[in-house]
Amino acid sequence: MSENANRSEMKSVGVSHPRVEVVGKLTGDALYTGDLVMPGMLHAKVKQSPHARARILSIDTSKAQSLPGVHAVLTGRELDYRLGLYVVDKDILAKDEVRHFGEAVAAVAADSVEVAARAIELIAVEYDVLTPVLDPMQAISPEAPLVHPDLGSYSFVEAAFTPQPGTNIANLTRMRKGDIEKGFAEAEWVIEREYTNPSVQHVPLETHVTVAQWKAGDEVTIWTSAQSPFTVRDLFCSAMRLPLNQVRVVVPHVGGGFGGKAGIHLEPLVACLSRKAGGRPVRLQATREEEFSLLPCRSALTYKIKTGVRSDGKITAQQMTMYWDAGAYADYAVNVTRASSYSAAGPYEIPNAWVDAYTIYTNKPYGTAYRGFGHVEFFWGLERQMELVALAIGMDPLEFRLKNLLQPGSTTLTGEKISEHSGNPRKCLNEAARAIDYGRLTPEEERRQERTGRRIGKGLATLHKAPAMPSFTATAAVVKMNSDGSVIVNIALSEIGQGSATAVGQIAAETLRFPVARVKVAIETDTDKEPYDWQTVASKGLILTGNATVLACQDLLKQAYDVATQVLRCNPADLDHDAQKIFVKHNPDASVSFAALAIGYAYPNGNGIGGPLVGVGRYVAQGLSNLAKETGQGLPALDWTYGAHGVIVEVDPNTGEFDILKIASVFDVGKVVNPAIVRGQCIGGMIQGLGTALCEGYIFDEQGHLLNPSFTDNKIPTAKDIPEQIESIAVETPQLDGPFGARGVGEHPMISVAPALGNAIHQATGAELMHMPMRFEDVWRAMRNKEPIDNWITDSPVGSCRSHLESSRPWLDAGVLPEPAPVGRG
Amino acid sequence: MKISVTVNGHVYERDIEEHWTLLRVLRENVGLTGTKEGCAAGECGACTVFLKGKTVNSCLVLAAEADGCSVETIEGEARDGELSAIQAAFSRHHAVQCGFCTGGMILSVRDLLRRNPTPNVAEIKAGIEGNFCRCTGYLQIIEAVLDVSGQLTTATVGELRYV
Repeated sequence: MSENANRSEMKSVGVSHPRVEVVGKLTGDALYTGDLVMPGMLHAKVKQSPHARARILSIDTSKAQSLPGVHAVLTGRELDYRLGLYVVDKDILAKDEVRHFGEAVAAVAADSVEVAARAIELIAVEYDVLTPVLDPMQAISPEAPLVHPDLGSYSFVEAAFTPQPGTNIANLTRMRKGDIEKGFAEAEWVIEREYTNPSVQHVPLETHVTVAQWKAGDEVTIWTSAQSPFTVRDLFCSAMRLPLNQVRVVVPHVGGGFGGKAGIHLEPLVACLSRKAGGRPVRLQATREEEFSLLPCRSALTYKIKTGVRSDGKITAQQMTMYWDAGAYADYAVNVTRASSYSAAGPYEIPNAWVDAYTIYTNKPYGTAYRGFGHVEFFWGLERQMELVALAIGMDPLEFRLKNLLQPGSTTLTGEKISEHSGNPRKCLNEAARAIDYGRLTPEEERRQERTGRRIGKGLATLHKAPAMPSFTATAAVVKMNSDGSVIVNIALSEIGQGSATAVGQIAAETLRFPVARVKVAIETDTDKEPYDWQTVASKGLILTGNATVLACQDLLKQAYDVATQVLRCNPADLDHDAQKIFVKHNPDASVSFAALAIGYAYPNGNGIGGPLVGVGRYVAQGLSNLAKETGQGLPALDWTYGAHGVIVEVDPNTGEFDILKIASVFDVGKVVNPAIVRGQCIGGMIQGLGTALCEGYIFDEQGHLLNPSFTDNKIPTAKDIPEQIESIAVETPQLDGPFGARGVGEHPMISVAPALGNAIHQATGAELMHMPMRFEDVWRAMRNKEPIDNWITDSPVGSCRSHLESSRPWLDAGVLPEPAPVGRG
Repeated sequence: MKISVTVNGHVYERDIEEHWTLLRVLRENVGLTGTKEGCAAGECGACTVFLKGKTVNSCLVLAAEADGCSVETIEGEARDGELSAIQAAFSRHHAVQCGFCTGGMILSVRDLLRRNPTPNVAEIKAGIEGNFCRCTGYLQIIEAVLDVSGQLTTATVGELRYV
């Protein structure tokens, strides 16, 4: 669709148009789910498990049920439904066993939040507390207790995943390219290290909130802060065994998502409470503490990378092993594992590559999608590894990276051939280097170093990511014209802050050749009214919905032209249009306005023709395929967005304290639809990436209790934490099948911020950081004695910066891990 | 107990319970939902309002404390259907993404500019430090404040650079 991009004078695409929904957000009028009040609405609270792993012996709800004002009390035993995106492994409320700290075991709906909270206190749960399985590296030992003993009986998406029944492995994904043994035999150096990062919370400012009403006749309406209205509906109906046309999901404004509101979360529980309360609407909003433990987080990762390289800097082989800590349920973690596997080598050509990626159940809050979908986590290890490999062979890290980057003709891990249209990782990396004056200190920086006694370092890191989605992911757009010639666009992307509604409006305006002001993109999505979309995830909205919008506008124009042909009694080939009217090219005075055509044209005598102009555009990802289970070969990627970050850091060599002086980011976005929104995504992603890099992460005690579920103990960046200089740079290599050549960039700015910073600190101080976040004390330790720096599980050395821990984990040696189950149902 | 609170110039008399927060009364009893709850612990700033001319986290103030007082919320920022200068600058500079922090952020900016009409970047950062924003990374907010305080120069205007 990018042939459209060649039109010389684009008026709407490429302009920093104000956000279409901004006024309501500025004035406080914009309604979010938590603002809704329904007649008769009840308030819900949840009873959470204080234990990470325990058998539920009994639950006594009698006192809660008799409390005045209580309308419904639910426990797991009453709910015979199991949910799961890819592996159907989760009960709505824990039944016989709790599997993580904070898991819901009972829930109440009452007249007020106070009554509901009091009722929750009155519910008595008797537990037999068991020793939790906390460390994923221990969880895959043959002796580890099973988090899901019934894994073999769960249904799962067989085309994409391979659970290993009888183990804690929810999925094993394998990639095989070339001949790994031959590749290592050709290497002159083999560098093997292990990199770790903890679980992290998304922290949308709006916590998860749902209002649901399950009326008589099984008519259900769900208002929810969700990224995926259709997925909520479809999974809900699948679990509840209801027809799709009886359940309506409405998503008003959403106060941030970042992946945490993809999939399905509070909705089934709240709907079941409503049903039990006789059809009264019920509202449940997670507290901030519940957001950390009742709701899911980002999975922790241990990434082992073994790289074979020649002295000239060419990588000959790379063996990559990922240990993803899913937590108690598979949710998105299995697909994070899969998407990370086929991206695992980054934008580099590795002739001989081997990936084994395990998704491992543990007794911790479970992992879900989080901006970057695994790439923030594994690029931390990958781009630190590239730095260390370069330093090991005595080559400049930039030169080393450039030597191994993908280029037209290269093949990826899955066998996809890269072309000149795929995007330009080389330009991204070179521009990031230029933006930080990589490879030298400027005279000003020299003076600053002398003045402060601090050391300045510069680091780079590359990144890539493709949407992780089913191969046949589809969407549609509907464009309806009003009788004044304005249009309304209906799509089912949730506007979660990313700016899709504005971008889609600009794409519609450009296609129609109308001013943006004549295009309204409906914000509140409603599965009864909007056309289907899979989910608002994966940075795929701009391409898929953008294309559907182009097609819908073209469809609407064709309908208008058809009627104009009759009105003007001419050949359609002779027609053209401007923003107001359709006219005959060789006789522009012969024209008919869009307003006159919009809802049916009326002749002077009253005869009508045509009818309301409604354009429909449908778009499905094309040519993608499932990956072969044994080798990972296939085509998973709709498009690749490449990018790079450059960081300048100033480190105190005595204390490890540091300041980031500059961060620069470059992305090949194909075509910038709205520069200010692209820049906003870049800056926001960078700072969220810095949160991950600097300070965020779950801390557990030895019993698996989460110790820091608050902003006091889990800091996120404030305005005072942002670097002195932030620069956003765009490369435009058109995506041939993107709308006006565009590709997505919603997630990418968060990826590889951490390794760019780690590489800069390394350059400044020699500190070999292997774990993120990198707190000042971690840098201090790493500068001094290279002690293990992981304390995110307080009693375990696992996740250490050292790479020689295998002796304590013999099951990780080849052949000791349980044999993978055969392909298909285990 | 009965309280009388003036919110954005209108007097509201409400029968409340002593433990209810000002945030709750504004949202549930007065019906102004532009003030948001992000943490209920005074840490995120989404519930920022003016109480007696000073910004407070309304999740930490009892409604009873506001009895007889004047409160200003984000709904009072635009006048006669026109965005205030701060709101217009936020729109121009794309200082809004999901919008959940925006109301509190704008009131903190108004408070800052009242105390310091031409704050430098460090002062702006300090002025909005108590308002978390997870989406924007703050920079476009800072640029909006520089603009509305007449300090935006070619050096401080932020733009996407094409290469």
